[in-house]
Amino acid sequence: MHRFANPTRFVRLAGRVQPWAAALALLCLGVGLYFALFSSPPDYQQGETVRIMYVHVPAAWMAMFCYVVMAAASASSLIWRHRVADLAAKATAPVGAAFTLLALVTGSLWGKPMWGTWWVWDARLTSVLILFFLYLGYIALQNAFDDPARGARAAAILAVVGVINVPIIKFSVDWWNTLHQPASLTRLDGPAIHTSMLTPLLLMALGYTALYVWLAIIRMRAELAETKIRAIRYRQASGAAPAPQES
Amino acid sequence: MRGFTDTLRRELRLALRQGGDSLLVVMFFVLVVVLFPLGAGPEPGILSRIGAGIIWVSALLAAMLSMDRLYQSDFEDGSLELLVLSPAPLEIIVLAKAAAHWLTTGLPLIVASPLLGLLLNLEVEGMAVMLVSLTLGTPALSLVGAIAAALVLGARRGGVLISLLILPLFVPILIFGVGAVDAALLELTYRPQLMVLGALLLLAAALSPWAAAAAVRQAVA
Repeated sequence: MHRFANPTRFVRLAGRVQPWAAALALLCLGVGLYFALFSSPPDYQQGETVRIMYVHVPAAWMAMFCYVVMAAASASSLIWRHRVADLAAKATAPVGAAFTLLALVTGSLWGKPMWGTWWVWDARLTSVLILFFLYLGYIALQNAFDDPARGARAAAILAVVGVINVPIIKFSVDWWNTLHQPASLTRLDGPAIHTSMLTPLLLMALGYTALYVWLAIIRMRAELAETKIRAIRYRQASGAAPAPQES
Repeated sequence: MRGFTDTLRRELRLALRQGGDSLLVVMFFVLVVVLFPLGAGPEPGILSRIGAGIIWVSALLAAMLSMDRLYQSDFEDGSLELLVLSPAPLEIIVLAKAAAHWLTTGLPLIVASPLLGLLLNLEVEGMAVMLVSLTLGTPALSLVGAIAAALVLGARRGGVLISLLILPLFVPILIFGVGAVDAALLELTYRPQLMVLGALLLLAAALSPWAAAAAVRQAVA
């Protein structure tokens, strides 16, 4: 892992991964959405509304996954002071927040026909809402300082502290008797879901993950480029290097 | 241990000399509670139903508003840097600061809460459980707040920012604190909620000094 702490090496690798991630994301999301919306059976209880699941469930997975990635990157940036880990955490936050919002909104749209209400204050929904606020707090804290390095360090500590919420989200449906249904996929006796529904679900999950990698790489490269531009500007302003010729 | 008692004594002495600060927090607490009957309507039935929630939420807000007291003046006059450089472990020092914060804000809130319970028509069984739940919960608030308060030192609009950081972390404490009182009012068992609250307090006491110390170090670095 320490090999990729070198920004130059990271940029080279990221440039090579980016088109593949983009292609995989577009392919999986395209095929997955086709399966999800057209060529999978309606549920025997829920009818056509079950199709919301293919957008909602992977988004909720990604919401947690992105937070864990962000916290792990923050921890390694606190421990080893890796610049790239810092960037990874910073790039993950908005993507994770977007996935969390998507999970909340689609869940609300799904809850109206199924539960008869847009929102209930059960443990799963509340803990995901808290996750959303943790993302927002992370982003706000990062931008609250004049010195970006200070913001990155403060936000990294917050990300590590907030990771305590992730197991609460994961196990809230087992610990409390909630309206939200328990996990159907990660069970000891195998997934409780038919292959015709499992295929689009997993395709969507893969597509979301590739989308996340794609977006994170774009954001990280942009951030690195911005740092470089700032350094060049600073050097020009302080007069250490001759200013470029006006054309 | 010396570091703990010395810091605690210093913080308490500062709080006493500055005076009034604790009183202001309690006044804010009382004012917020008093706003609810005016806002939600004065029917005793409604008030006794949501009274525990009102008191807990107001205590949360009062604790949050007083968080800047933990480090802000030390940060401004440079004594925080001296505390970081002192031979006593910083973890112990922030633990002492959190303890002092609880003694000067959490404890007065607990003392004031039975009176507010009376104003809100809270029943006697609920009142006793509420006192226990506040006693277990407010120290956890101070401990968690010690992390967030250090994170926002020197930030732009730190006051607004701290609420965004702190309130999500306060939510579990609020849920179990109010849950215990509600269970008692419904004459159900309230032991589980109080035990979870105690577990949260122990967890916060064990872990938050490390996080708070790391947060203080990055603030003065």
